[in-house]
Amino acid sequence: MTMPYYVAPEQVMKDRAEYAQKGIARGRALVGTTYGAGVLIVAENPSSTLHKISEIYDRVAFAGVGRYNEFDQLRVAGVRHADTKGYAYSREDVDARSLANVYAQYLGQVFTHEMKPLEVEILVAELDPVGTAHQLFHIAYDGTVADEQRFTVLGGEADAITRRMAERFRQGWTLGEAVLACVASLSGPTRTLKADDLEVAVLEHGPWRRTFRRVGDDELALLLAQVEAPGSPASAEGAGEPVSVDESGHDAGEPAGPA
Amino acid sequence: MSKRVGSEQRRTSANVAHMTLPLFPSGGDPGPSFLELLRRTRLAGAQLPVGANVETVSASGHQPRGFPAGLIPGVTHGTTVVALRYDNGVVVAGDRRATEGNVIAHRSIEKVFPADKHSAVAISGAAGSAIEMVRLFQTQLEHYEKVEGTCLSLEGKANQLGQMVSANLQMAMQGLVVIPLFAGYDLRLKKGRIFTYDVTGGRFEETDFHATGSGGRDAKNTVKLSYRERLGREEAVELAVAALYEAADEDTATGGPDAIRGIYPVVATVDADGYRRLDDAEVAEHFRSVLERRRERGQGGAS
Repeated sequence: MTMPYYVAPEQVMKDRAEYAQKGIARGRALVGTTYGAGVLIVAENPSSTLHKISEIYDRVAFAGVGRYNEFDQLRVAGVRHADTKGYAYSREDVDARSLANVYAQYLGQVFTHEMKPLEVEILVAELDPVGTAHQLFHIAYDGTVADEQRFTVLGGEADAITRRMAERFRQGWTLGEAVLACVASLSGPTRTLKADDLEVAVLEHGPWRRTFRRVGDDELALLLAQVEAPGSPASAEGAGEPVSVDESGHDAGEPAGPA
Repeated sequence: MSKRVGSEQRRTSANVAHMTLPLFPSGGDPGPSFLELLRRTRLAGAQLPVGANVETVSASGHQPRGFPAGLIPGVTHGTTVVALRYDNGVVVAGDRRATEGNVIAHRSIEKVFPADKHSAVAISGAAGSAIEMVRLFQTQLEHYEKVEGTCLSLEGKANQLGQMVSANLQMAMQGLVVIPLFAGYDLRLKKGRIFTYDVTGGRFEETDFHATGSGGRDAKNTVKLSYRERLGREEAVELAVAALYEAADEDTATGGPDAIRGIYPVVATVDADGYRRLDDAEVAEHFRSVLERRRERGQGGAS
C-alpha cells in the first residue's frame, strides 16, 4: 500500500501560484490606462477575431490575459452578471467594483479549492459617468484585487512594462499620447508593434449610452503615425525595423494553452 | 426623460443573487439568450417577466388564475403608432397618450423606443406589459451582441420579438394584449424593413407602411393615400406626423400635438447611421406645415 505524501499547504499554494504565473507570463501583455476623455486599453494581440478586450456594460469594459478559453468564460459570465443586474434594478446600478468583487471571489475560490488554478489575469475598467475618476480593477489569478487610477499592466513581462509605463504616464493626457506610450511600453526598446499586432479599445462618452468603442486598425495606424512626428517622446524608440513578435501564441489565438 | 407608465409595476423576479458569478455546467449553458439566462437564474417560484414565459396556454385550454378575459380593471393602454419606409430607411412615430377606459391616464408616455442601434420598436396595447416587453427585448438584443460579438440579423431580431409576443398569449387572453411594431434598417439588404405581429406572435413583414393601435386605421389610411415609392426622409417624417394628426382627429384615445404643454409625438428614423430621434422642435415644425396645408384646403371638411 502506498502512503500519500504529506505536502505542506504553503507548498501547495506556492506550486499553484507558480503554475499560474508561468502560464500568464508566457502570454502577451496588455495595458489599461486612463486618459483625458476616458479609459484606454491596449493589448498585444495579432488576432482580429479572438478578442482580449470586450464590452461588459454601458460604462464597463473587460480585458484578460492568459488562457483564452478561461478568460473568455469569465467575460461571458461578467456580461450575464451585468445584464441581469441592470435588468433587475437599473442600468446605472451596474458598476465595475461589484463585478470585480464577484470575479475576485470566484478566482480565489478556484485557486484554493481546485486542482488547477485559472491561468488568467483580468482587468475590469469603468468610465466615470460624470467626472474623471475612472477606475481600473486588476484581478490576479488568486483573486487578489488591485484598484488603480493611473494605469495597470497584465501578463507578459509585466514588471518591465510597468516601469516603462511609469516613466511615460501623465495625468489627463490625450488619446494619441496615451496610445503611443502604451504601445512603446508594450514593445520595449527592441521591438516595434504595428497596428495589426494590437487590439485597442476605449471607454469614452459619446452620443450613445454604450461607451465602449474598438479603435480600428485604420484609426490606430493614424494614431501610431504620430511616432514619426519630430519631438514626440516615443519617436526615439519607435524608429527600429518591425521585429516579429513572439509567436508562442499562448493567449492570442490558441485556446489550447500551455502544454 | 418623460414619465413611463408601468414602471411601478416593474417586476422584481429577475432579482437573482448578485453575489456570485453566473456560471453554468456545460449542457446547462443558456448561450447568448438573455431570456434563457433569466429562466435559469430565477429564484424558485418567482414569476417571469412579460415575454419570458415558456409555457403559453395550457393544453386543457383553461383560463389561468386571476380575472376573466378582458376584465382586468385600471389597465393603461397605449394607442397609435405608425411606421413607413423611405428611400434609405424607416420612420417610426407614436402619439403620447395613454388611456384607462375613457380617461386620459398619461399625456406624455413614450411608445417608440430604440431596440438597438439599427432598429426601433413601437408599442400599442397594455402599456405596462408593453414597456416591460420592450425593456426585455432591448436587453436581449444587447446581450446577444455582447456574448456573441456580433449583432443579430434584422430578421433574427424580428423573430425574437415574435417569440416574446407569443409568450405573452396567456396575458393577452386576459385582456393584456401587447402588439409591437418593429422596424429597422437591414444592414445586409441595405433598406428599411417593417414587421408587424398578431397576438399569437405571428410575424408579418409589411412592404411599405403599417400602423397599429386604436387610431391605427386612420393613420394607415392617411399614409396609404399619400405614400409613394422612394420618399425622402423629410417627406416620410411629415407623412408620419400627418397620419398621427388624422388619427388624433378621429380617435379619442389618440393624442394630438399639444402646443400648450409642448408635448409632441415621438418620431424617430432608422437608417444606415442608426436610430435617431427627432427633437420636439423639429416635430413641432412638421406639425405646423401639416396644419398649414390643411388650412389652405379650407377646414378639411367635417362629417
